[in-house]
Amino acid sequence: MSEPRPRIGVLVFPGSNDDRDAAWALSAVGAEPRFVWHADPELPGVDAVVLPGGFSYGDYLRAGAIARFAPAMEALAAFAAEGGPVLGICNGFQILCEAGLLPGVLRPNVSLSFVCRDVPLVVEREDTLFTARCEQGQTLVIPVKHGDGCYQAPVDLRPEQVVLRYARGENPNGSDDDIAAVVNAHGNVLGLMPHPEHAVDPLLGSGDGGLILASLVDAARERSYARA
Amino acid sequence: MLVRPKNGILDPQGEAVERSLRQLGFPVEDARVGRVIDLEVDAASAEDARAEVERMCERLLANPLIESFEIALPDNGL
Repeated sequence: MSEPRPRIGVLVFPGSNDDRDAAWALSAVGAEPRFVWHADPELPGVDAVVLPGGFSYGDYLRAGAIARFAPAMEALAAFAAEGGPVLGICNGFQILCEAGLLPGVLRPNVSLSFVCRDVPLVVEREDTLFTARCEQGQTLVIPVKHGDGCYQAPVDLRPEQVVLRYARGENPNGSDDDIAAVVNAHGNVLGLMPHPEHAVDPLLGSGDGGLILASLVDAARERSYARA
Repeated sequence: MLVRPKNGILDPQGEAVERSLRQLGFPVEDARVGRVIDLEVDAASAEDARAEVERMCERLLANPLIESFEIALPDNGL
């Protein structure tokens, strides 16, 4: 018997460009994706939300700065406040930081160059909604492609909020302490610069991103059972 | 208004500009790159306008984690 497909919202902003890849990848790991337009004031009965990559509002002012005021973001904040799982990828991570749903800020890469390549990542925590299918210390290979990925952590960031780190010597953007992914204090909102939705099929280089998305799908399924 | 990276915040753009200017032979010690935002605001007085722009900075135009801002009204010559 196949497991039920939980509904996962994919927010779409003007300038998002990985929304379709995210929806395809979520579908490939067992979810039923639903696009949510940024101007929608409600989330349509979803059990998790993904903020995809791209260049919302042209990255004008600062990456993610304008997207945070979209009507759908209010609904998202309410969803996150009641414990709903939220995953922000790349520009989605930037938006979550600007919105104050995640600590810290993403600055232009130290190199000032756009980076686009596969990067090895170390799993620092396997006990999160987003990494439950991974193992502590496991190395995942997932591509990055960004110009503003230099994560600057606030002084009060707790070590346990760091979920993924770039492997030693592989930091593509100069982020503090090689941080690649952070989770909020409640553990239900995660942002990462690498793109798991571009790594769900070994034929295309790596299937490691599928572990992260499948973990999210598991969490969404749990939530859908609890809701039913 | 003027938005600039706070002191101590990494400013790769500023560093690149500084290196470039030095290569051209200019005696530059430090460069920081920020941005200027010109606004026309409908307000009853200069104080009101300043207060309004300050709120704009806090909400959207600057990120207080990494940027500081200065507001200059036309009569004090920006």
